[in-house]
Amino acid sequence: MVRYIARRLLWVVFLLLAVSFITFIIFYLLPSADPAALRAGRQPSPSLVASIRHQLGLDQPWYVQYGRYMKNLILHFDFGYSYQNGTPVRQLIFSRLPASISLAAGAAFLWLVVGLGVGIIAAVRPRTKLDRASMGLALVGISAPVYWLGLVALYLFSSDIGVIPILPGANSYVPLSENPFSWFTSLIMPWCVLAVSFAAFYSRLLRGNLTEVLDEDYIRTARAKGLSERRVVLRHGLRSAITPIVTIFGLDLGILLGGAILTETVFNIPGIGRLSYASIVRSDLPVIQGTVLLGAFFIVFANLFVDIIYAFLDPRVRYQ
Amino acid sequence: MSPLLSVRDLKVSFDTEDGVVAAVSGVSYDVEAGKTLGIVGESGSGKTVGTLTIMGLTRAVNTKISGEALFDGKDLLTSSEQQMRSIRGDEIAMIFQDPLSSLHPFFTIGAQLVEAIQVHRNVSKAAARDRAAELLGMVGLSDPRSRLSSYPHEFSGGMRQRVMIAMALANDPRLLIADEPTTALDVTVQAQILELIADLQRQTGTAMIIITHDLGVVAEVADEIAVMYAGRIVEQASAADLFANPQHPYTRGLLASIPRLDRDRSIGLDPIAGRPPSMISPPGGCAFHPRCPRAFDRCSEELPQLEAVAGSSNHRVACLLEPAERSRKA
Repeated sequence: MVRYIARRLLWVVFLLLAVSFITFIIFYLLPSADPAALRAGRQPSPSLVASIRHQLGLDQPWYVQYGRYMKNLILHFDFGYSYQNGTPVRQLIFSRLPASISLAAGAAFLWLVVGLGVGIIAAVRPRTKLDRASMGLALVGISAPVYWLGLVALYLFSSDIGVIPILPGANSYVPLSENPFSWFTSLIMPWCVLAVSFAAFYSRLLRGNLTEVLDEDYIRTARAKGLSERRVVLRHGLRSAITPIVTIFGLDLGILLGGAILTETVFNIPGIGRLSYASIVRSDLPVIQGTVLLGAFFIVFANLFVDIIYAFLDPRVRYQ
Repeated sequence: MSPLLSVRDLKVSFDTEDGVVAAVSGVSYDVEAGKTLGIVGESGSGKTVGTLTIMGLTRAVNTKISGEALFDGKDLLTSSEQQMRSIRGDEIAMIFQDPLSSLHPFFTIGAQLVEAIQVHRNVSKAAARDRAAELLGMVGLSDPRSRLSSYPHEFSGGMRQRVMIAMALANDPRLLIADEPTTALDVTVQAQILELIADLQRQTGTAMIIITHDLGVVAEVADEIAVMYAGRIVEQASAADLFANPQHPYTRGLLASIPRLDRDRSIGLDPIAGRPPSMISPPGGCAFHPRCPRAFDRCSEELPQLEAVAGSSNHRVACLLEPAERSRKA
């Protein structure tokens, strides 16, 4: 197991290197706006652009730039500086991370509770009205785009433009450290909106898995032992049905920690997602590079974590 | 003395999208305390559904159940789910066909045994583990205590079936229902498991219903045998009578299709022609008539009832043939 993890960690390093390289290459090879020109302001003189280009190191060959970037990153954990305003990328990312983590963690909690709850109820009452209604609703939830849901939610409930103005609307995010209550209320809508499609997907997935598992011979054995139906479903059934969901959950959470671009944009939450969006619009390579690396980092670690958890969840899985 | 289990006119049918499946159509039998009843039939003959129903494991909105199943005087078919739960795994226990899929893959053997004990006995976990280890020793697993922390996938099929048997015997049941307990096992292991079941039955004095499609299995362990076809019992007798003097053409067919070492190889096996009937629209009259080599006109019109065979007590058969006709070679 230890050797397995060590080998996987080596892979993680390699993957992150590959991701950084590919992002770099894409930025250079594909047409994009000239960051120096963007920085220079309106109608800049060519000499100003040239001096900015020199200052940012953009006049050097890409491999020199990449080498310097990687050297700083590895030796000093330095992600470089934003082309746009000179702020250290590391600082930018760390200032944005709490918002993204708040959003992702709260939504994940919500969609797990709702998704798993609905999935279990639907699975133990297959083909009833309750089952059909919840699964139909889930299909709607999966199909509804998150930016549309976000706008609808704002239109309905936000305190400024809402029909029923009961919740703080867009642009109301307050860090947890500043005011926990405002932090909570400002995130209620984003959490719900972000959680809808996940909850819907998880409930359908769990319903499918659990219905299948409840037909297994070992469930009949559990019933033949005289266990209560609750224990049969929640201990014996859920134990098997939840395993694939753990895998997906790890990956979903990993992806979201790297920034929920649409939700953050609709609700104007200053998280990683909005940072990456803004940096792409401004061709701000160091920031793009930083957010991409962060996203990749979360995803590969979520993956590794899931694989390790899996060995504990399913005793038949053994890593050599 | 009244029998431990007395099943009367048990009927089970399921509403499905294709129609009503009459899985069991009026089955009656008794199981005396400490004795073994063998129920024999092809797949789909209703032998498993019948016993699962007695256990209360087929209850669902689309299931229709009628008749009665008196266990110790109490009707299991009308008992509440809660009463059934306290009986299941305690007074009546079951062993299933496929030990590979009948144990939960994610729980240790010990956890599954301890759970089976603790549902019905108010004992500490440590005491339950002691009992679990004792049970594993009883079913012939070496080093039982360390086996408790093994997972099912670390065991062979035979070992898993031993675990299933240990689990079934955990609370000293008065009735053990073994549904094809050896079918999924290697032939050499089959004999060991049968022997083990018979041994343990002698030691514990539990009554048993053994369900199988294999007459060889019941020959070894059953006191009494009921042969089922298409949801009905077609012949019922003591094991000795049934093998010595089979009456129903279906029973005779089953016996003739068993390979035997003491028979001339050139004669070959004599399989029963055709397939088991559809349980949605079974043939009219005697359900076996389309496959019966001795069928005559009345067979497709009249449903034969179980009637005593002249000259032997407790031997009953449901066949319209004249007694003399039945034993004539076809």
